[in-house]
Amino acid sequence: MDYLAALVQNRPVLGDLDENLTRHEESARKAIGKGAQLVVFPELSLTGYHLRDLVPDVALRAGDRRLSGLARLSRRASLAVGAVEESADHRFFNSAFFFEGGALLAVHRKVYLPDYGMFEEGRHFAPGDRFEPVRSRLGTLGILVCEDLWHLSSSYLHFLRGADAILCMAASPGRGVAGTEGEVATARVWNALLEAQALAFTVHSLFCNRTGFEDGAYFWGGSKVLSPFGRVLAQAGDAEEIVLARIEDGALRRSRTLTPLRRDEKALLTLREIDRAIRTERDAPP
Amino acid sequence: MTLPLDAPLAARLLAGFLREEAGKFGFRRAVLGLSGGVDSAVTAALAARAFGGRNVLAALLPYRHSAPESVRLARGLARQLRLRTVEIDITPMADGYLARARGASRVRRGNVLARCRMAVLYDLSAAWRSLVLGTSDKSEWLLGYTTLHGDCASALNPIGDLYKTQVLALGAHLGVPEEILRRPPSPDLWPGQSAEKELGFSYARVDALLNALVDRRYSEAECVAEGFPRALVRGVAARIRDSQFKRRPPLIPKVSNRTLHWDFRYLRDWGR
Repeated sequence: MDYLAALVQNRPVLGDLDENLTRHEESARKAIGKGAQLVVFPELSLTGYHLRDLVPDVALRAGDRRLSGLARLSRRASLAVGAVEESADHRFFNSAFFFEGGALLAVHRKVYLPDYGMFEEGRHFAPGDRFEPVRSRLGTLGILVCEDLWHLSSSYLHFLRGADAILCMAASPGRGVAGTEGEVATARVWNALLEAQALAFTVHSLFCNRTGFEDGAYFWGGSKVLSPFGRVLAQAGDAEEIVLARIEDGALRRSRTLTPLRRDEKALLTLREIDRAIRTERDAPP
Repeated sequence: MTLPLDAPLAARLLAGFLREEAGKFGFRRAVLGLSGGVDSAVTAALAARAFGGRNVLAALLPYRHSAPESVRLARGLARQLRLRTVEIDITPMADGYLARARGASRVRRGNVLARCRMAVLYDLSAAWRSLVLGTSDKSEWLLGYTTLHGDCASALNPIGDLYKTQVLALGAHLGVPEEILRRPPSPDLWPGQSAEKELGFSYARVDALLNALVDRRYSEAECVAEGFPRALVRGVAARIRDSQFKRRPPLIPKVSNRTLHWDFRYLRDWGR
């Protein structure tokens, strides 16, 4: 179906869950006022990114009462927000909560927790173990959190399970100001990956990245929506803003008619070859 | 209520720390400001154990407002530990600037004194080929009851992970005189200043709370359930949060792939 999507490129207060919840509800209302039927927030949008020892302090159980305001708003539009999720056995996940029709419909737990360079997510979070698209009233939506997207297999799994749009919620810190043209080097890589995702899997790509600074780490924003043809439908700069784009089923249909990658995909062959690759590698390590 | 401490073990470990870490950087001597209070007394006693008294320079750095008691107690301790001493009145130095800072608040003036002392200690350390020892304890660090680039500044801070009440226990073990141990804690930055009055709680009380919040990871609500007054818990949690800047290096905007403190990560002991 056709619908208007909103990406809320925000700047959370580090560790202040209550304040961020209030701001989320305000932004969601604003987006809904503009006609949005899907409102997407960045990774860890309710908490801020560099949480370190704050992780247990801002963690939420899926049924937490404090989420009821967002749940109520989801009667009017579907909402995807970033949060620290605490499981019943007290593990903490970097999760995306998806609300629809007044309730929490799905949770995606970030699978790929970066632990290199400036990142230390593996120290603070438990990893998710699956990619399962949400059967939303808007269609089949794959959800990825930031680093998940850098592993193209994640998008591929959503593609195999019928995703017609993939939401990527990110908190990407920018690096690189040498030899660039107005955008940090990190942005160039992300833009290439997003275009590849849209084209290779013939999906709408919705990328919502945060903005602002945390202790000098610069989040470059650049939230954008791409059509299944890889065309940029709307794009933000690096300030707080709400990006709106119309998602058209017609575009999806045309792209899959012109380039029937989904029809022609050989998932069983892939499975067999992955199995072989793993065995070969296991038997003869590099 | 006091926090438990195995004082003989702590003394051995901390003196070993001073000796080994200073040694790695090619130093066998240390300099510190001796105030007549318990933190600098315990640090001095540890340094005397680590380096020998003759290799520790105790700098007495009074200002014209300093309590005469402070200098007397510091001199006595230096004698007891057989430290080298130097006495430098920082009044001309501090007043040289403060004369131009008319109307400066007590806190501003106190911070200038703490930073003058820092400047003197670092210069003495260069003149005497030694390292500056910090004398802040864990209670002060966590409550932000310190002057940034003043008493915060040092090369080695042996008691930085011990709460004030633990420092007192360590002091008793190390033979620090009762007179010093019993003195109400004070930075002595203005006449009659009392740490506990200024903070609004006693160290004995706050140390137990800090220990619950920080070391045992009790939530604020759990601390209240344990019997700590709600206002105290809230106030102390806010002090910890709001003084975090004093415990971290300055902010550097990240523009490259490897930024100091973020992803350019080496210990100070790199290569040593």
